[in-house]
Amino acid sequence: MVKEIEKTGIPVAHLCTIVPISKTVGANRIIPTIAIPYPLGNPSLTEKEEKDLRRGIVENAIKALETEITEQTVFQ
Amino acid sequence: MSKYKIVHYINQFYAGIGGEDMANYEPEKREGFVGPGQAFQGNLKDEAEITATIICGDSYYNENMEEAKNKILSMVKEENPDLFIAGPAFNAGRYGMACGDIASSVEKELGIKSITGMYIENPGVDSYKKNIYIIETKNSAAGMRKAVKSMSKFGLKLLNNEEILSPSEEGYIKRGLRKNIFVEKRGSERAVDMLIKKLKKEEFTTEFPMPKFDRVPPSPAIKDMSKAKIAIVTSGGIVPINNPDHIEASSASKYGKYDISRFKDLTCEDHETAHGGYDPSYANEDADRVIPIDVLRDMEKSNRIGKLHNYFYTTTGNGTAVANAKAFAAEIAQELISDGVDAVILTST
Repeated sequence: MVKEIEKTGIPVAHLCTIVPISKTVGANRIIPTIAIPYPLGNPSLTEKEEKDLRRGIVENAIKALETEITEQTVFQ
Repeated sequence: MSKYKIVHYINQFYAGIGGEDMANYEPEKREGFVGPGQAFQGNLKDEAEITATIICGDSYYNENMEEAKNKILSMVKEENPDLFIAGPAFNAGRYGMACGDIASSVEKELGIKSITGMYIENPGVDSYKKNIYIIETKNSAAGMRKAVKSMSKFGLKLLNNEEILSPSEEGYIKRGLRKNIFVEKRGSERAVDMLIKKLKKEEFTTEFPMPKFDRVPPSPAIKDMSKAKIAIVTSGGIVPINNPDHIEASSASKYGKYDISRFKDLTCEDHETAHGGYDPSYANEDADRVIPIDVLRDMEKSNRIGKLHNYFYTTTGNGTAVANAKAFAAEIAQELISDGVDAVILTST
């Protein structure tokens, strides 16, 4: 899905937990997330901590979309 | 002659421990065969014996790859088998990644022959086919009997040091290796034969299929994020409560497009997940954990981004055919372009 969208010229940030899969399928801007059932959260945190965590990941994704790249890049 | 020793690797589901709720199960070693190991033992007859089975949850393996691998490697080392069999994983993505990774590691680090079995579209295939023999299977456990039969047969061949023939003869997935062979006709003659067949529009088989590089060059970055329109797409199956379009829990035949213009924050009252491939309790409790609407709304307000697109697109990514996913995304992409979307955040579970 990432590639079909990226093909049209729209940059895609792929947020996923299993980075090797994302690399294999060919995403270009890869943003690692927390866990499979809650990529952008962590139920053991307080609501505020959890939202801060999520904000950090989304901010990383936004930065990735602002960054020119020439090859597959994992944004840690 | 003493029997060959085999160690078998399976996930929590095939061990009968549980489904997605138990996907974080840590590696455990049991004596003898478990689950599909019984069928393997039937096929291996008196030639080999499954002396131990290692069980690990799919999420545990994929989220803690190094740790899981090291734990399992030491378990395999204790048994010191002649052959290591993982799976078969069919079209289960995380299981396939785990099988491919552990089988590759056992072979590479312990020098023990290893095989696994998968459906051709499993992401584990492309990641690990270079390292190990992956027997091609059907896409679901309905193909278990056949998979076990061909994996057992192939495993015994490896154990007996028999010559391994080409992928199509043995039923394993092409590894991209080249092997020198002697043939009757020399190259120039074979090439001319092929050319003649091609001119006659007859079928011919190339001896050197070109590799398919299925890659897309990165799109240019967004210059001014404060004016950019961002859309969310997910394979995590987030849908409005009660899944109005009945998107399938696995092997999805469709995607959904839903209006989020009135939402600042998703809650268990309004959104849930339709995905059947991971424990849904966390996403059902708060769907922002899969599609971060709350944070993107804040960013829209603070003008970090220009606008969050009024719709999000969703499907369930487990067991979904690559051809379907491609078709969904091609349609979605066209809509995104006509709606003036500048960039996409795509989340996967």
